[in-house]
Order: sequence, then C-alpha cells, then structure tokens
Amino acid sequence: MEIETYTLILSALLFAIGTAGVLLRRNAIIMFMCIELMLNAVNLTLVVFSRSLGIEAQVFVFFVMAVAAAEAAVGLAIIIAIFRHYELVDVDRFNLLKW
Amino acid sequence: MIADFFFVLFAVMAIGGATAMVFARNPLASLLYLVMAFFALSGIFVLLDAHFIAAVNLIVYAGAILVLFLFVIMLLNLGRTEKSDLRGPLYRIIGIVVAGAFFGLLLVMLRGGHATSMAGGMGQATIDAMLESQGAVGIVAEPMFRSYLVPFEITSLLLLVAIVGAIVLARRKAP
Repeated sequence: MEIETYTLILSALLFAIGTAGVLLRRNAIIMFMCIELMLNAVNLTLVVFSRSLGIEAQVFVFFVMAVAAAEAAVGLAIIIAIFRHYELVDVDRFNLLKW
Repeated sequence: MIADFFFVLFAVMAIGGATAMVFARNPLASLLYLVMAFFALSGIFVLLDAHFIAAVNLIVYAGAILVLFLFVIMLLNLGRTEKSDLRGPLYRIIGIVVAGAFFGLLLVMLRGGHATSMAGGMGQATIDAMLESQGAVGIVAEPMFRSYLVPFEITSLLLLVAIVGAIVLARRKAP
C-alpha cells in the first residue's frame, strides 16, 4: 500500500478522535479544540486527494482554514461572554434554553 | 524508506497528541498536545508534497488560531482544574461507540472514494514536474487567483464579519 492510503486512514482516525472529544468533554473550549482537530483531519484528506484529483483541492484547504479562524474568533467571543455571566465554561450548566 | 520512517513518526505523534488532548485534565495541557498534533500533521503535509500548506498550517493554525485559544484559557484562568471534566461512564461508552462507528463509516467511504480516484491519478512524476516548474506557492496560487478568485474575496468578507462579531460579542456592556 502507498502513503496515500495510510494517510486517509490516519485522517479518518483523527476525525473520530475529534468526535469522541466533543462527545466526552464538558469544557466548551476543549470541545472547540476538538472541532479544530476535525477540520484539520479534513484538510489532510483534501491534500491527499489533491495528489490524484488535481491541485485545486489545496485551495479548499485555505478556505477551511479561513472558516476555522472565523469560527474560533466568534466561538471564543461567545465563550467569553458566557463566562462573564456564569463564571464557568461547563456546557452542562448552560441549560437556560433547554425545554 | 526514510519517508516511511518519518510518516510513522508523525502519525504516532498526531494520534498520540490528539488522544492526549481528549483525555488531559488541564485545558492548557490539552491545548499544547493539540499543537503537537498539528506540528506532526504539518510534517505529513510535507511528505505529501504540499509544502506551502504545511507552512501555512504551522503559521496560521498552530501559530495564530491555537494561540488565540491559549489567550482565552489564560484570560478566563482555566489552567488550574482539580477534577476532570470528562463525562460519566454511560456518556463515555456512548461517545466511544459513536466515534468508533463513525471511524468505521469513514473507512468504508474512503475505501470507495480512494479506489475510484486513484485510478486516473497524476502520479509522483507529474507532481514533481509541477513543483519544479511553478514552485510550491505557484501551484496553489494559480488556481486560487484564477478559478477561485470570487470565493477568495468572499473569504475576506467572512473574516471581516467574524472580526466585527467577535468584538461585539466579547465587549463589556456599556454601563
């Protein structure tokens, strides 16, 4: 097998670890970090497929990075606003909007 | 041969860093494990001949976005945590089963996509020739500023909206 196949398996594994992190942790900042890991796993897949399907796939890596930057900025601002109100970042406690 | 060695090294670093991030108790340690995983991923980008992506991944992702996380963790003073914030045993079993099932699904999907896409692939010789003639930056800049110029400009608009949104959300309320 070639390096591409192993890299695809690696990216699938990293994405699954990121999913597990989002499901397992309560800390909102660590959930965000797991989302960043999942985005980077997708970047890895895009780079692997850029080797066979055309180098344009690497342009989408940039778009993913820009979206990740925007998401991190807005998400962390929301976390700061919530922290000011509740003095914690534990997602289990933010149940004001629950039914 | 030496590429295989480095691939295994970086893959172990990435998986180990990611796993340690999920299970580390301290958010600061968690973040630094994630930085380690991203460094390893940059190494893998280099092995895949995406040199410019590797550099941008280090500078923008590990250098800027993750340092933003670091600032927020230090600003909110979350570095000292006595008890772990991992969920209880039931959640743990559900989470690991869901993640494992998702991994299996991804493997099945990637196997299908991989088999069809690698058939008409470019091959290592073509990639080397393109890198030789256009350079590591040129092969990315060419499609970005020709075919994808409008999405690129819209990206700048997205970042502007994100900046304004972040300032509005994190601002203290006027007294």
